[in-house]
Amino acid sequence: MFKNIMSWIEYRLPFMDKMNLHVMQYPAPKNFNFWYFFGSLAMLVLVNQIVTGIWLTMNYEPSAEGAFASIEYIMRDVEYGWLLRYMHSTGASAFFVVVYLHMLRGMMYGSYQKPRELLWIFGMLIFLVLMAEAFMGYMLPWGQMSFWGAQVIISIFGVIPFIGDDLTLWIRGDYVISGATLNRFFALHVIALPLVLVILVFLHIMALHEVGSNNPDGIDIKRDNDGSVELTEADKKFTFHQYFTKGGKKVIVDAIPFHPYYTVKDLVGVAGFLLAFAFVIFFVPEGGGFFLEPPNFEVANPMKTPEHIAPVWYFTPFYAILRAIPDPLLGAIAMFLAILALALLPWIDRGKVRSVRYRCELHRWNLVMFCISFVALGILGVLPATPTYTVLSQIFSFTYFAFFGLLWLYSKNEKTKPLPVRLT
Amino acid sequence: MSNAPVDHGRRRFLTIATSVVGGVGAIGAAVPFIASWNPSERAKQAGAAVSADISKLEDGQLIRVEWRGRPVWIVKRTEEMLAQLADTENRLRDPGSKEPQQPAYAQNRHRSIKPEIFIAVGICTHLGCSPTYLPSDFAAQVEGIRSGFFCPCHGSRFDMAGRVFQNVPAPTNLMIPPYMFIDDNTVLIGEDEGAA
Repeated sequence: MFKNIMSWIEYRLPFMDKMNLHVMQYPAPKNFNFWYFFGSLAMLVLVNQIVTGIWLTMNYEPSAEGAFASIEYIMRDVEYGWLLRYMHSTGASAFFVVVYLHMLRGMMYGSYQKPRELLWIFGMLIFLVLMAEAFMGYMLPWGQMSFWGAQVIISIFGVIPFIGDDLTLWIRGDYVISGATLNRFFALHVIALPLVLVILVFLHIMALHEVGSNNPDGIDIKRDNDGSVELTEADKKFTFHQYFTKGGKKVIVDAIPFHPYYTVKDLVGVAGFLLAFAFVIFFVPEGGGFFLEPPNFEVANPMKTPEHIAPVWYFTPFYAILRAIPDPLLGAIAMFLAILALALLPWIDRGKVRSVRYRCELHRWNLVMFCISFVALGILGVLPATPTYTVLSQIFSFTYFAFFGLLWLYSKNEKTKPLPVRLT
Repeated sequence: MSNAPVDHGRRRFLTIATSVVGGVGAIGAAVPFIASWNPSERAKQAGAAVSADISKLEDGQLIRVEWRGRPVWIVKRTEEMLAQLADTENRLRDPGSKEPQQPAYAQNRHRSIKPEIFIAVGICTHLGCSPTYLPSDFAAQVEGIRSGFFCPCHGSRFDMAGRVFQNVPAPTNLMIPPYMFIDDNTVLIGEDEGAA
């Protein structure tokens, strides 16, 4: 009886076939390491944000008069409101931790290289939407930092020649940031951008499964079935979906099915992540002033600027680049280029070898320098703009961009190490 | 059904014509969605001009009035403050107020209609913070100058006419709003009857 129902459905909507294709018979390289936790963790955090976000809207009031008070109401009077809110606010920071590490993984193992360019582009679009989502979400509590942070970020659009002033007026919907701005950001934050985000995540995964997962060795696991590939006992053990073997034209080596092998492995990552996540929620929910900044516990006041305005930590590397350049227009362009350069990595990197394991020594150090620059800019973006810090920001902005310039230069005729035949 | 051969020219024309009409329709349909983001009538009302009573303003005192939700400063400058405006000029980015940051009637050294009454939007031209008024402690920021405005966000400095110093993040002088004196004791901020 059950079998009949299942086959009735399967005939009309091939659910089990798609499950096999994407989960049970999806060939994943067998050598995924620690760095491969962050994709699934990003999905976990996305689910956390959506669920806690829906619950928060049940008590949040999107108006300049009521927003701040409704957050206090959630924190004090709503049952477990504090937990839902801290899960959401900590989740925002966790999202960026996970996504930055996920992007670093892609850079280390060359996961953006051909044929995964589109996959990388979708990832970068997710990153952009995530930044917009985080920015608008941070405005909703209508605290001092919500207001003044938004003031700073919206005025970045004002530096665009000719249309800047009209554009900022249009974004705000008022001559100043007001309830009108808050309400539209609320609409975008809870409906428009999450929809876009979910669609982009779907496309990201579809694009991934089309070209297949990269791995720490950066070599392909799908080989032409021309008799030259010697299959081991382990290779013969698993059945993968015929979509990947192309009806016998391809053989798959050194792969294991995503489920149950990596679902179980990812569960270990989930456990580790939740341990850290819960620690923050229960013991340091404000993240030492970095996840929720102290001025945001005071209601927005357009007449009083906080002593020191710093965006939330995940924006600070780009904010430091913005501030490093004295001219606002050039600063905004540099900040935009810092993100665009990442998106263009598949074309800036002209190398054929993907993984840092087999690339030249210079690439390893270039990548290390990039990480140092990114973290240093992140720290400088939090600090006040004293002359010393400005010079440091300029130096690290330079080294940030130098990564891409150097990569473009040496990747053309790079002296690489020999690639292994099979995954190590 | 006609068995006449397919007229490709006609088919292409119809396809293009349909696409164009559909495209125009899509653009038209986008108008209300985009225009809806403009300031509402209520917001425009709230952006109207405000008047301020300056009869009780003392020498060196700064008062703030809210215009379009932004702080507008009204400062009654002392003789000393006005005198120092000449001393700062070699250290300013735009001493002659060449950038259009003020109505024409405020394009002078004191950047105001009446020399002693200084009116400006109290928002830093860098990234929108509100600078702090330092009536007597400004020398710590700029040597030898007693009073001025200092932005705590990114360290921009302005003199007593809202003119920006060199080597700070703010690119231009503080904005002077349009304003007019209704009588000796009342100033209307946000409107100037097009006076030049």
